[in-house]
Amino acid sequence: MMLRLEPRGERAALWVYGAPALALVCTVLITGAIFAILGAPPVKAIETFLLSPLDTLAGVASVLVRSAPLILIGIGLALCYRASVWNIGADGQFTVGAITGGGIALNFPHAPFALLYPAVLVAGIAGGMAYAAIVALLKLRFNASEILTSLMLTYIAQLLLVWLVTGPWRDPHGFGFPQSAMFPDAATTPDVFPGTGIHLGCLLAPLLALLVWLLMTRSTLGFQLRVLGAAPRAARYGGFSQARLTWIALLVSGGLSGLAGIIEVTGPIGQLTTSITPGYGFTAVIVAFLGRLHPVGVIFAGLLLALSYRGGDAAQISLGMPNAVTGIFQGILLFCLLGADVLILYRVRLRRRARLAPVAATERAS
Amino acid sequence: MSVAGGGILVSIVSASTPLLLAASGELVAEKSGVLNLGVEGMMLIGAIAGFATAHVTASAPLGVLAAAAAGAAISMIFAVLTLALLTNQIATGLALTIFGHGFAALLGARFVGIAAPTLQRLPLPLLADIPYLGPVLFDQTALGYASFAILGAIAWFLARTHAGLTLRAVGDNHDAAHAIGHPVRAIRYGAIGFGGAMAGMGGAYLSLFYSPLWSQDLTAGRGWIALALVVFSAWRPLWLLVGAYLFGGITFLSLYLQGFGVAIPSPFISMLPYVGTVAVLVLISRDRRRIRLNQPACLGQPFHAAA
Repeated sequence: MMLRLEPRGERAALWVYGAPALALVCTVLITGAIFAILGAPPVKAIETFLLSPLDTLAGVASVLVRSAPLILIGIGLALCYRASVWNIGADGQFTVGAITGGGIALNFPHAPFALLYPAVLVAGIAGGMAYAAIVALLKLRFNASEILTSLMLTYIAQLLLVWLVTGPWRDPHGFGFPQSAMFPDAATTPDVFPGTGIHLGCLLAPLLALLVWLLMTRSTLGFQLRVLGAAPRAARYGGFSQARLTWIALLVSGGLSGLAGIIEVTGPIGQLTTSITPGYGFTAVIVAFLGRLHPVGVIFAGLLLALSYRGGDAAQISLGMPNAVTGIFQGILLFCLLGADVLILYRVRLRRRARLAPVAATERAS
Repeated sequence: MSVAGGGILVSIVSASTPLLLAASGELVAEKSGVLNLGVEGMMLIGAIAGFATAHVTASAPLGVLAAAAAGAAISMIFAVLTLALLTNQIATGLALTIFGHGFAALLGARFVGIAAPTLQRLPLPLLADIPYLGPVLFDQTALGYASFAILGAIAWFLARTHAGLTLRAVGDNHDAAHAIGHPVRAIRYGAIGFGGAMAGMGGAYLSLFYSPLWSQDLTAGRGWIALALVVFSAWRPLWLLVGAYLFGGITFLSLYLQGFGVAIPSPFISMLPYVGTVAVLVLISRDRRRIRLNQPACLGQPFHAAA
């Protein structure tokens, strides 16, 4: 056995924040190696992928725009995973939020902004919550794994969207394309800086992150959620209702995903189409982990992963690489991050016989 | 009716074979106590590895072997992370699916719209002529026969051999198994690798026979359905067969309904397998006692040998 792990007995504060940095370095090295194997000069490819998007103001704006859904979804997932509720169907909740909110927008084209826009957002949030509620219900009432049900519901939501935009909601003037009519101006997410594309959601996302951070650190509810994830038995002993906490985690996460969905279709996209998400719900899983399951960390992680989308586009345009490199970068980043996290709880020793350790096997949290 | 009836059954078997292959592998991994959510990613890697190899070597069987090797190889990333570095199995499995999706798309970019040799049906002489049963059971691809044989072998291995007993012991109580000297980690490496190879072959069945062209969403969630099947079977190999055919039936039904222009919009028909999966999961899981009795007790838990 080449690697030996010695329990530290406590969490190493250095590595809680050092691990993401180490993971990022490893990811860049590994991705560079893959670029080299594919025949692209690795340094230039990495530069194109990670730095070139930030060269122009338009690039920075587009990274910000991409980060909004990732941060919104990521906050909710971080909350769920803290409580050991494995919601991986955020993409479905995102889609349903876009559908319910979009439905309101399409059906009341003449309502004034002050009435319509808030209604659209609320409908989007409610849609996402309702869709996540199915997962909560199936888990708590029927004991069905939330991992599998939330994922299956994602496929179902996508097909529902396809039906709507090819059927009842198809734009009659859209030349037969599978898309709805454009949303009315009164249901369009306004730009914060006109002309840049940076919309209200880009501002809302970090604000909500701070709000959830306050909730997690300053409220009894946040405390209960953290205990439930870190020590389920203690939570039970403390009399916290696991069912209630599961409901809350899923509803908050579903609502945030729904909000992300409705902002995305009323903002950058402007209508419903068959492809409203490039897998934001899955990328947000990485955002949540990279952000240390911490709402503020999620902001930075969301920006980094938004960069990887933009970088994939850049690599495709200037180096002729398939933009699937985005997925590879994201997958490797999560691998490296999870691997680097071992340093938080353990010392890694090479080929060294452990002393007779009286330390009881530390139970690894989450 | 007789011809059509036989044809339907044949199609159901084809639709269920990739699920059966992937789920059999996952069952063994889970029996050893490891929950690998990367099945979808491993299937995609297997699908493209098999397709590319078959295209380059002009041999579909070589493609299947390559798919098994690729699936096993990619599963080792998961194995090293969860077994050596004690990472969270759920998150790591998810990472494997995300990575597999991207990696397969990258490898497959050159193979979009290209044909590769496909697996051939090998009707068994005489047996294939039995009415009804013959075309269903004895007119399969080699991989189809293999899926039956491997499942039978797994059932026998787990229930009747000493090694199988050890594997189950590791899944039910890794600390006790370790204490009496069983190599917990080595056994789990083996089980994960086997699961990867099976998922890879499941992917190759899709790309080399079932819908023999490469597309980056070829598996369409079948890896996740395979995971649900393992729960459905309550970790009993022969029930996997029942579950796989049930889902093959649902998948086929959706194709059949679409083909006959039934008045239901096609997206709703395409939902059937996913809705079916949720329904079945709910029906099975509501019996908490049965799940608790059959689920490997250490499923998903990291193992760290103290000292």
